[in-house]
Amino acid sequence: MSQLARTCAITDLDQAVDDALARHGADPTRLLQILIAAQERLDWLSPRAITRVAERLGLSRARVEGVVGFYSFLYSRPVGRYRVLFANNIVEEMQGAPALMRRLCERLWIEPGKVSEDGLVSADATSCIGMGDQGPSALVNGLTVTGLDEKRIDALSELIREQISLDSWPGEFFAVADNIRRRDILLSDQLTPGEALRHAVAQGAEALLAQVKTANLRGRGGAGFATAQKWTLCKQAQAPEGGGRVVVCNADEGEPGTFKDRVLLTRFADHVFEGMTLAALAIGANKGFLYLRGEYRYLRSRLEETLARRRKDGLLGPAILGLQGFDFDIEIHLGAGAYICGEETALIESLEGKRGTPRIRPPFPVTHGYLGQPTSVNNVETLALVTLIAARGGEWFAKIGTPLSTGTKLLSVSGDCAAPGVYEFPFGVEIAEVLDACGAKDAQAAQLGGAAGMTLAPHEFNRRVAFEDAPTAGALMVFDSSRDMFAVARNFVHFFAHESCGFCTPCRVGTALLRDCLDKLQQGHGSALDLVEIERLDRMLQTTSHCGLGQAAANPILDGLRNFRAAYDARLRAREFQPAFNLDAALARARQLTGRDDASAHFSQGRS
Amino acid sequence: MSKTFLLDGCPVPFEDGQSVLSAARKAGHYIPHLCWYKDFPPHGSCKLCVVKIGDRHVSACATPAREGLEAQSDIAEILDTRRELLAMLFTEGNHFCPSCETSGNCQLQALAYDLQLLAPIHNRFFPDRPVDASHPDILLDFNRCIFCELCVRASRDVDGKDIFALSERGVNKRLVVNAESGRLGDTKISLSDLAANICPVGVILHKRQGFAVPIGERIYDVTPISQLDLADEEQSE
Repeated sequence: MSQLARTCAITDLDQAVDDALARHGADPTRLLQILIAAQERLDWLSPRAITRVAERLGLSRARVEGVVGFYSFLYSRPVGRYRVLFANNIVEEMQGAPALMRRLCERLWIEPGKVSEDGLVSADATSCIGMGDQGPSALVNGLTVTGLDEKRIDALSELIREQISLDSWPGEFFAVADNIRRRDILLSDQLTPGEALRHAVAQGAEALLAQVKTANLRGRGGAGFATAQKWTLCKQAQAPEGGGRVVVCNADEGEPGTFKDRVLLTRFADHVFEGMTLAALAIGANKGFLYLRGEYRYLRSRLEETLARRRKDGLLGPAILGLQGFDFDIEIHLGAGAYICGEETALIESLEGKRGTPRIRPPFPVTHGYLGQPTSVNNVETLALVTLIAARGGEWFAKIGTPLSTGTKLLSVSGDCAAPGVYEFPFGVEIAEVLDACGAKDAQAAQLGGAAGMTLAPHEFNRRVAFEDAPTAGALMVFDSSRDMFAVARNFVHFFAHESCGFCTPCRVGTALLRDCLDKLQQGHGSALDLVEIERLDRMLQTTSHCGLGQAAANPILDGLRNFRAAYDARLRAREFQPAFNLDAALARARQLTGRDDASAHFSQGRS
Repeated sequence: MSKTFLLDGCPVPFEDGQSVLSAARKAGHYIPHLCWYKDFPPHGSCKLCVVKIGDRHVSACATPAREGLEAQSDIAEILDTRRELLAMLFTEGNHFCPSCETSGNCQLQALAYDLQLLAPIHNRFFPDRPVDASHPDILLDFNRCIFCELCVRASRDVDGKDIFALSERGVNKRLVVNAESGRLGDTKISLSDLAANICPVGVILHKRQGFAVPIGERIYDVTPISQLDLADEEQSE
């Protein structure tokens, strides 16, 4: 590079960083957003870019480097100008995603995980991108491409080879279908924006809280904490000097196999934003965040438009609907590829521009959340339902579902069924009924609640979707009898090892050990002793992990061993100890060097 | 009358705001720890201080003491768990005690002896972690890092220098230093920093001080870590 070109490149880099900083008011708590914005211009964050960001924000460079390193979609090494990331959730893998990635790599003469020598393109895998009902899918430069098949892969590689800008790619590549298959109270609702809010403002904050309490609404993120109780705790908590209360909508929908929040944010964004505004009214919050997972970046501009319209209509901003003191606005923060940020305290850390490491609890976010302020973190679906409750009342809502699990639940159905998509059922629905509705014939297993959930066998299909029976955040993956349930568990275990934040010892090391164990079985070196080891690791993960990720990481195997033991036994080579490698094969080099190939230069079957 | 909780059946007095670990330590009961440090807020990452309360395993350092709480620490189930956690730490790094300058002064090693972990349990990961010898006075041997973040916190909160941070995540997590070159020699660390003296294992080493005290006569060669930890607590009163 000539001196002039180098100087120009540096000036461009500095300018890109400075623009990103300016867009976010050079606020250190917005570090993650600044890094995302800078990378959009620069493709990757070079050492110099990281230094500049750190200097301008008055942060330690090491800390900025640590944040860049934490998130999968921030790159501290050069990447291709075209980056293709194939979703590796198990459903899409079974639909042929790995073969499609290989095909793309062959067409473009590249190796997975490596940038082509001309810097043009790279292909790799990424965790589920929320397209399980229309996969195989991929992110190309962060944008979602669905419905991949050989034909589309060939077209894609041609477009990349000819260096066609993504703006000029066929629109249908980026089409994301809603696939709403069953509508109930939420998905058939036709409230006009502001209707529920007007009603609530007329009745007052106390009445709204009472309605949510009467409705017995419980969090749809999976844990099922009572929403009214969370709000009450948050409302009662003392806000720090100069701070207020905060409402966060958790749209970091990262659980493999779930995509119902994507559909809500596409079709019912007003319900979600109105729910956030109602939450703000109930607890006295003045600031709101929508934490949108990086994989859903394509939704951002539409969501921004919705927010702008709501501001124009007086549904956001100062003195909402003319009510003095009801000041509230919502800002969208993007994630950058970290499943752990779906955990509420990790999400708050991420909102503050840090690594998404779960905090020690107590204190809980309702008293000490975003920047130490009382914070209510609620799921997208929960907030959308709040809008319904505010408009139609808690009693109406409480009559739907079961007494302990009121209302409806959105289920993201994918896998071996005729009609994958989003199904809204009243709580209490049997798994068998859902399987019937989606046209799942010959299901040998239903994975409820994603990788962290439970693997149900046919004798458990009479269980009901409810907090008191089979609780779930809403993913339901169907596996028919042709599928290998060991492969399913192995996929999930790899997922957890990849997504572990690494904060605590048991999860950081345990998920990696568990991954290696299953890989050993996969390669045909397993023995009965490995199952003992697996059980010990499972127990460690469940009992000592710092947060739910590690605690749940063992679930797929525990359920697998309980319900699908044959799939594991089939992989055990011996009842006794087996080394993780083939001793005889390891001696090949020694045999070659010594020129020997007689019987005693080999380990016999019995001794190997 | 001060409030008390029970640790392995013994009443332990505490004041509001104290954790189970710090109250126990003050009362002369040792609970093992690696990432906990008396002058810092609890961190809760190593999990060595795990105790059983009811049917749950919790970190004693991060659990507020409260009246009537019953914690179990010296029971087979918890000791097994701690051994397993130590085995995990030995597995993920490269720990070769006989050639390590910190042998005998190392808390990880001392805890392994204390808990009778005398052989590895898992296959070693053997990660590739090059050392950093760029600084004139300090050597960084990342092979032994256990991610307790004591150096990170000491440098940030006490030294005010922010020399260290963690990058990447999961089992790829690694310690990084505050320099564009990635080299410690290009940072402002000095030998007198708390961060340069707080490593419980053998990552942050002072140069030109190799084997000043013979192995066999070092801190934990002479006195078990449990005794020393409690003696340290008495001294600080």
